[in-house]
Amino acid sequence: MSSVVGSGRGAVTRRRLLQTGGGLAVAGIGAGALKLPFFDAPGAQQDPASCVAGDVSSSDSSLIISNWTGYIDPRKKEKGTFQQFEDSRQITVSYTDDVNDNAEFYAKVRNQLGACEPIDRDLIVLTDWMAARMISLGWIQPLDKAKVPNLHANLIAPLRGRQWDADLSYHAPWQSGLTGIAYNAAQVGEVRSFDELLHRADLKGRVTLLSEMRDTMAFVLKVQGADPDDFTPEEWENAIEELRKVVSDGQIRSFVGNDYLNDLAAGNVVACEAWSGDVIQATFENPDIKWVVPEEGLALWSDNMLVPNLATHQANAEAWIDYYYEPEVAAKLAAWVNYICPVDGARQAMEKVDASLVDNPLIFPDEQVLAETFDFMPLDDRQSQEYEREWANVTGG
Amino acid sequence: MAETTRRKGRVGYLLILPGGLWLLLFFAFPFYSLVATSLYDPSGSDFRGYEMSYAFGNYVDVIRDYWQPMLRSLLYGATATFFCLVLGYVLAYAIAFKSGRWKVLLLVLVIAPFFTSFLIRTLSWKLLLADDGFVVDTLQFVHILGADDRLLATPFAVVAGLTYNFLPFMVLPLFASLDKIDYRLIEASGDLYANPVRAFFKVTWPLSLPGVVSGTLLTFIPAVGDFINAEILGNTNTRMIGNVIQSLFTDANDYPAAGALSVILMLMILAMVIVYVRRAGTEELL
Repeated sequence: MSSVVGSGRGAVTRRRLLQTGGGLAVAGIGAGALKLPFFDAPGAQQDPASCVAGDVSSSDSSLIISNWTGYIDPRKKEKGTFQQFEDSRQITVSYTDDVNDNAEFYAKVRNQLGACEPIDRDLIVLTDWMAARMISLGWIQPLDKAKVPNLHANLIAPLRGRQWDADLSYHAPWQSGLTGIAYNAAQVGEVRSFDELLHRADLKGRVTLLSEMRDTMAFVLKVQGADPDDFTPEEWENAIEELRKVVSDGQIRSFVGNDYLNDLAAGNVVACEAWSGDVIQATFENPDIKWVVPEEGLALWSDNMLVPNLATHQANAEAWIDYYYEPEVAAKLAAWVNYICPVDGARQAMEKVDASLVDNPLIFPDEQVLAETFDFMPLDDRQSQEYEREWANVTGG
Repeated sequence: MAETTRRKGRVGYLLILPGGLWLLLFFAFPFYSLVATSLYDPSGSDFRGYEMSYAFGNYVDVIRDYWQPMLRSLLYGATATFFCLVLGYVLAYAIAFKSGRWKVLLLVLVIAPFFTSFLIRTLSWKLLLADDGFVVDTLQFVHILGADDRLLATPFAVVAGLTYNFLPFMVLPLFASLDKIDYRLIEASGDLYANPVRAFFKVTWPLSLPGVVSGTLLTFIPAVGDFINAEILGNTNTRMIGNVIQSLFTDANDYPAAGALSVILMLMILAMVIVYVRRAGTEELL
């Protein structure tokens, strides 16, 4: 029995080999004339005005949120911001921390949002450049100004007037942060600049950089003397060439998403590019881990709340946004997550929550620090794709 | 008479139907979509849409840009498969012939790692091979490793991770074919004055070939396409083809290039498997 099956399979293999070759030849010849059916891929752009679901907030008091991990105070705590929101607004929130990576989340929702289908979420939280991209793809619903008065009144000045949504029609920053450097003082002498991460010999092979292109390239551009807010294609070429050289020299151990601090604490990595809030949290556990403001400066970014097309509880989402822009609530949240609080007045409110954090420059940076931060210039679609591919080639061996 | 033959024929087709539908739905259809994607105009994007321009140039481009990770994947996959075979054969042999009443327990132990997630198992290798960990410290102490050498984030760590993660896929088919061997044949070879080495190569090894072939295939194919091990245990110069495809797809949104690479990977593996199965002369054994 088994031998019959066996020889049958062998014959198929031989035949299939011939068929594959023949098939490829036919495909090659007929290619110009044929048009493959079913898989035309039109653009994913949508018009938010026509991708609206009826808002059922008034009859169905629920709200579905997708956020990054570790980005909210404990939800079970009675006096926590989350419980208080549910109790005071009579809204049941289903909160999931399923955003790990902007690009990954984009890949997850692309087919639905690109085809004007619901993703069954009312509020998602994404970083500036991804927020900008989704807004320009028409995947995001405009917010009702009248329902988010606190946002317009209390957002801190440095986060206002961003090029991609200057009047806050579509986004509300959830938390903000700085990109800088962290190092393990038990392992290595002080690290002062990004330039040292790229070139210092005693760091060789023990440095990690962040895997999002804009995070890292902003600094490489700075090291090269270019302005990440406004650079030319030549400057980009120089910067990516420089990085290519550094990578092939073995200076960089890896490009990492979220898990770089474990390696730093374990001593596998001695210095890394890092996000401010992560470093504060790590410093509590391991005082050898130090945060550094690089000589090149700091990059300021924020993760933004967005209401996707076809969300069915927009009014509830707006209630959530408005609630988290109350200074007392924002202070409580900031005391827990340790990122930069985007809400004016939260610093005063923090005195009652945790006085030791009032003067923490990584939660409430002074205006001079914020004035000197830089951002990555908005890229058009074609540039973005080209740069991302070059970036993938350099970081992807 | 003719009637029954026809009915038998129809029954045959009916029996193929579920499998055929399954293949159509989960293989032919996605594969067609993948090939179509790989031929889109490379200038497409989510903003402008993707135009089908039969851009066979995509294939040339990705081979030119990514031949290194491609070769590296084959090399790592083959090395890991080799180590799996050596380690797995010894283990499967011991379980099949020498374990006595512990046989079931040992088999459970082989499968036990599957109770934990693939990711956790790979992450635990980071602890094992950490720069200040026991293994590296010991090897440095006996001067096998220099004071500044490391194991984590090297090709060694990636191959070790691949070997570890795919070892059960090698052990189980090997065990299945070794266990079926009639031990009297080995005893008979001894009666005919074959020493144990000769008996192994003349009797045990040939009879275990079906297990060797399916074990190596089950290890090599997923190992070549794997990207988790290189991602977690490797460095910037150990990226495998899976990592490239992943980053082209999710980060660069370059679906045509990612598609072309995937098709090439599939064809490459298919070709190698065909040659391998032929050369091993095991068509009858499978």
